[in-house]
Amino acid sequence: MRHRIILLLLLIGSITTLLVAPLLGSERIPWAAVWQPAPDDPSSVIFWSIRLPRACLAWISGAGLAMGGMIFQAIFRNPLAEPFTLGISSGAALGATLAMRLGLGLSFLGFSGAALGGMGGALAAIGIVYALTRLRPGLTTSTMLLAGVAVNFFFSSLILMVQHTANFYDSFRILRWMMGGLQMVGFDASLHILPVTLAVAGIAWWLTSELNLLTLGDEWAVSRGVAATRVKTILFFSVSLMVGAIVSLCGPIGFIGLMCPHICRLLVGPNHRRLLPASLLFGGAFLVACDTVARTAMAPAELPVGIFTSFLGGPFFIWLLLRPSREGEMIG
Amino acid sequence: MTDAALELESLSFEMNGRSVLRDVSVTINAGDRWSIIGPNGAGKSTLLKCLMRIYTAWSGKVRLFGRPLENFTQRELARRIAYVPQPGNVVRFPYTVREFVSMARYPYATPFSAHRAGDTAAVESALARTGVEDLANRSLTTLSGGELQKAYIAGALAQGGDILLLDEPTAFLDYRHQAEVIELLQQINQESGAAILTVTHDVNTAIITGGSALALREGAVVFSGVVSELACEKKLGDVFGASFRFLEDTATGLRLVAPQGMPA
Repeated sequence: MRHRIILLLLLIGSITTLLVAPLLGSERIPWAAVWQPAPDDPSSVIFWSIRLPRACLAWISGAGLAMGGMIFQAIFRNPLAEPFTLGISSGAALGATLAMRLGLGLSFLGFSGAALGGMGGALAAIGIVYALTRLRPGLTTSTMLLAGVAVNFFFSSLILMVQHTANFYDSFRILRWMMGGLQMVGFDASLHILPVTLAVAGIAWWLTSELNLLTLGDEWAVSRGVAATRVKTILFFSVSLMVGAIVSLCGPIGFIGLMCPHICRLLVGPNHRRLLPASLLFGGAFLVACDTVARTAMAPAELPVGIFTSFLGGPFFIWLLLRPSREGEMIG
Repeated sequence: MTDAALELESLSFEMNGRSVLRDVSVTINAGDRWSIIGPNGAGKSTLLKCLMRIYTAWSGKVRLFGRPLENFTQRELARRIAYVPQPGNVVRFPYTVREFVSMARYPYATPFSAHRAGDTAAVESALARTGVEDLANRSLTTLSGGELQKAYIAGALAQGGDILLLDEPTAFLDYRHQAEVIELLQQINQESGAAILTVTHDVNTAIITGGSALALREGAVVFSGVVSELACEKKLGDVFGASFRFLEDTATGLRLVAPQGMPA
């Protein structure tokens, strides 16, 4: 009952954040511009074509990244797992950077070259991390994080190499994108990542019982009848594709997948039937809020949102690591 | 009932190039009570994991109620066999005991109804039979070793099945909780008629439990039969590579053992 109320509050809060955020900013938006959109009214254009699409993009990306973190935390049984710490974001970044550098204009099924590169890179990264952790059975926090760190270093060096060989314009574009940002005009970007995010949310909803059992560990899960290898493969693959698509658009926005599922677990408990909707709602609202702060804190100048989330996420990560054991402890 | 529940025919398993189980053959009848004993590293836990198909790369033949083990889907298997891993395998996420036990109903879920009518009854009855009703809303991460082991057994009961595999259920427990767990398993064995296989490295636990024993050393069977026959100098020496003294318990007439240090 208590959890239902929290979920309802999260729903209301998340929608409110999504709708209020576009009203805030260096340019004040009068109500009339919202209710009666007119193509020649600058306030109306700012609201409808710039800020609202941006908030939508932030919401979908945040929801997707939070869900990705939640799923990886279940599979690795570790609250420090998320696309960013596992090196998946940097894998996606490398793929997207390569695509940008090489000017890949190709597109496939509506995905741009950068998006395809990002997805490929994300899959490569998760493949490497998974293989590294499989080499040492009895997966521990340190093995997994070290594998992630190693992958991160490796891909970062390759990204720098690609950047170094690029011309000034491409190099700046890559650098700027690496900081993570949501400056897109119109709803195209949102529509781009919406299907894959929805698909992953559907898969995760379908697999909530399996996710619950996987958090107990493979032995429990298998003995309860979960086809663990198949379920994990499906989840790894689909989440990596989603993260690749999000990162290739918005850059590697870090720590959303770390902070949001953790906060949600404190709010609604570890059961994925509640944790999944909570993570989606909270993650979406959280990135919208972060982006709004990044956009307005130093107005009219804008801070890339990735810098802001990492600014929050770094200390959070250290807190999770150093926190003393107590009820609800998950770090092994 | 004397039908064979589980027939193992030269089950062998290698891990990282090392032979962990060698030609293990044994027949477990429905409703049997077995202790699997042996020194550390003898392959006892591995044997349970092979039967539960946590490890799949074994060779040999295993038949469950006459049907080859590999022909079962994992869900079908989970409806026949329940497994409780070693107590070192801690649950890190703060599920409540009731949530944990409910998860054991997973093999009965269908794609369109994750929760079936019988599930609640099965869960509540499992909580009641193991005496953990009072703990139902507590988080697993706050339980003591003994409480946790009972919650695990409640999970196995809720899962149903004809065979229960437990890996060192009494290790790390104090005397009172050891006795409670042994008693509880005895009761389950008699009431539900489920065959129970417990791994233990403690000979006395096996003797008190009664029933049959399968002794492993370096992955091979060195004894298989009635547990009281195992309690002799020669056989125990073969299994553990140690020598023992024997103590008669006047109350029960059981012959218990005490280790005597390494053989000369």
